[in-house]
Amino acid sequence: MPTTAPPAHALADVTASDSTLRRFLHGLPGVDAVGLEARAASLGTRSIKTTAKAYAIDLAISMVDLTTLEGADTPGKVRALGAKAVHPDPTDRTAPTTAAVCVYPDMVAVAKEAVAGSHVKVASVATAFPAGRAALEVKLADVRDAVAAGADEIDMVIDRGAFLAGKYLKVYDEIVAVKEACGTSARLKVIFETGELSTYDNIRRASWLGMIAGADFIKTSTGKVAVNATPANTLLMLEAVRDFRAQTGIQVGVKPAGGIRTTKDAVKFLVLVNETAGQDWLDNHWFRFGASSLLNDLLMQRQKLATGRYSGPDYVTVD
Amino acid sequence: MASASAFEYAPAPESRSVVDLAPSYGLFIDGEFTDATGGKVFKTVSPSTEEVLSEVAEASEEDVDRAVKAARRAFEKWSALPGAERAKYLFRIARIIQERSRELAVLETLDNGKPIKETRDADLPLVAAHFFYYAGWADKLDHAGFGAEPRPLGVAGQVIPWNFPLLMLAWKIAPALATGNTVVLKPAETTPLSALFFADICRQAGLPKGVVNIVTGDGRTGAALVAHPDVNKVAFTGSTAVGKAIARTVAGTRKKLTLELGGKGANIVFDDAPIDQAVEGIVNGIFFNQGQVCCAGSRLIVQESIQDELLDALKRRLSTLRLGDPLDKNTDIGAINSAEQLARITALADAGEAEGAERWSPACELPDAGYWFAPTLFTNVTQAHTIAREEIFGPVLSVLSFRTPDEAVAKANNTQYGLSAGIWSEKGSRILAVASKLRAGVVWSNTFNKFDPTSPFGGYKESGFGREGGRHGLEAYLDV
Repeated sequence: MPTTAPPAHALADVTASDSTLRRFLHGLPGVDAVGLEARAASLGTRSIKTTAKAYAIDLAISMVDLTTLEGADTPGKVRALGAKAVHPDPTDRTAPTTAAVCVYPDMVAVAKEAVAGSHVKVASVATAFPAGRAALEVKLADVRDAVAAGADEIDMVIDRGAFLAGKYLKVYDEIVAVKEACGTSARLKVIFETGELSTYDNIRRASWLGMIAGADFIKTSTGKVAVNATPANTLLMLEAVRDFRAQTGIQVGVKPAGGIRTTKDAVKFLVLVNETAGQDWLDNHWFRFGASSLLNDLLMQRQKLATGRYSGPDYVTVD
Repeated sequence: MASASAFEYAPAPESRSVVDLAPSYGLFIDGEFTDATGGKVFKTVSPSTEEVLSEVAEASEEDVDRAVKAARRAFEKWSALPGAERAKYLFRIARIIQERSRELAVLETLDNGKPIKETRDADLPLVAAHFFYYAGWADKLDHAGFGAEPRPLGVAGQVIPWNFPLLMLAWKIAPALATGNTVVLKPAETTPLSALFFADICRQAGLPKGVVNIVTGDGRTGAALVAHPDVNKVAFTGSTAVGKAIARTVAGTRKKLTLELGGKGANIVFDDAPIDQAVEGIVNGIFFNQGQVCCAGSRLIVQESIQDELLDALKRRLSTLRLGDPLDKNTDIGAINSAEQLARITALADAGEAEGAERWSPACELPDAGYWFAPTLFTNVTQAHTIAREEIFGPVLSVLSFRTPDEAVAKANNTQYGLSAGIWSEKGSRILAVASKLRAGVVWSNTFNKFDPTSPFGGYKESGFGREGGRHGLEAYLDV
């Protein structure tokens, strides 16, 4: 079992011990909640119309991780999801494909087959999703399983209990171990469950912790708790990846997940990306939406722009 | 202004058609629009295009006299009304302002040059809030802490500036009417239109004739109003030089006076500040309304240990500001109010460079027509530089540094002004300790340029005296 494998970048020395890591994370600039939320709200008033809106809708579609994470998932449902990811709008083949389909590890092989021949990736929530309450060995087995089945991306949850207890090195070690289990074939998304971290200071610390440990993506939440992605916590994570790249040269992606349901909301998130991290992140390699119901609203808005008329829920597929 | 990106926002202009502009406007005296005696007029232009918006009457001394007389006649009945009755009118005005807020926001943007985002999201909500707030006080004056049955002063002569035309009108007129005074108000010569639309709102609200009178004109009209012997109270917001002249005029008379003048606000950033939010606060502090704000945080006083980091973040942030058509809903920085003001800003910025400060602006294309000035940052500024001392009243930020809290306080207070200051720190005890040492009327902590009708506003030293807003704001209009 690997412990504290030092990362090869400018911040390597901060993981020397629990205390150096804590000192670093607690030395990050604080977050003023009022100011952060005010900034997110003010960016939310950007008016996106006409060509900019058409561009934003297609960009957002291409960033969707089309997700099904139900206990009742069946191979049939996952195949339908894969087909939809490849051709989101059966009436309009110019609609871009989504970024990925996101499933439980046991469905990876089915999903892989369903999207074969397309650019759609298969992401899998491993590591005892969504609670993350299992032994590391169990989590790693979960990851290896998904990777062996062909997963291109692993969405791992951190141990929030350890994080809130201040055992940062434990969380760090787990991420490092999972990253190693991903090997070279799968990118790693680290889910913080921001709603459970409860303070913005914690979200910033978790972001840096995840990035130092080698996350390819940092992700807000599982979509399984009351508070998931918000403009404010996503803005905060975008600031973190921007600052991390400035300090280490390493670019990390961001994925807000849960609760983003409308085109209007999605466009606001793109504005946050555009004006915080910048255009380098305006690409599905660096930004994703973890949302399943969002896609249909994007498609209906797309049809509206193309035809001038609103269609309706029956003009897009149910799943 | 941002460099070419894959995600360029298409223009999203607010429609001008919601504003019905007349080719000319008269003076509003005794409930009627009337021509100026002598028939003099002047033009008001849109600062972003230099287009002539309308012609406005220029009030002579005789017109000012007519307006004061109308206000005097109206005073007898208005001051005798029960407070609850006056409140009804004020509540009605507040609601009409809310109903017509889109129209007023577009009008204000056309006449002033500031972004629609600010008139829509900041100015108009605050204007309505001030009328609502003082409407609430009108029947509670006995309980305001100025003794039983405090009495109004009489006719208030009010002169307001061009940076927040409608908001300054609200700050002046709402408390005056709530306390039973009547008003003659002179808006600034470059931004008279929203006051004239307000006159229409007074008629719409059924306000008795003569309670509010609007006389338009330049400094001469203002001087005539201030000097009028039958004015009981003078309230002025504007430049320190004019404020001093007014103080001389009023000295020795029985007129009550409040002055809200210039500022050179210090925005102090400690090394433990929430950096990202501090950057937003700095931007809001000096680039809100193109820096044409008397309480602007025009001096950034930053702790030396984080100076480089903060300046990098600030420059990156300034590069995302969008300058251009103020009617575009995505515009962050609009036009400078007048050619004269632009010339003043330009001259002071040039002086900064000549005196050895280092000038920086983001890559920025300025429109051909209109009055524009790119957001500008000066580093290597010392207390001895002109740009660290004089109020620029434009989008120009001077950056100074400090090592210890005492040094920060000393630098912040080393100014002839004292209107506003800001403190950025995550440490509450430090904020309280520093705030109590700053000689400024408002000290914001971890925020900047936040206004609320319940909060008093005013200055120390050459920033003036008297308070507007809150319970304190009533005092200036009561015989106490």
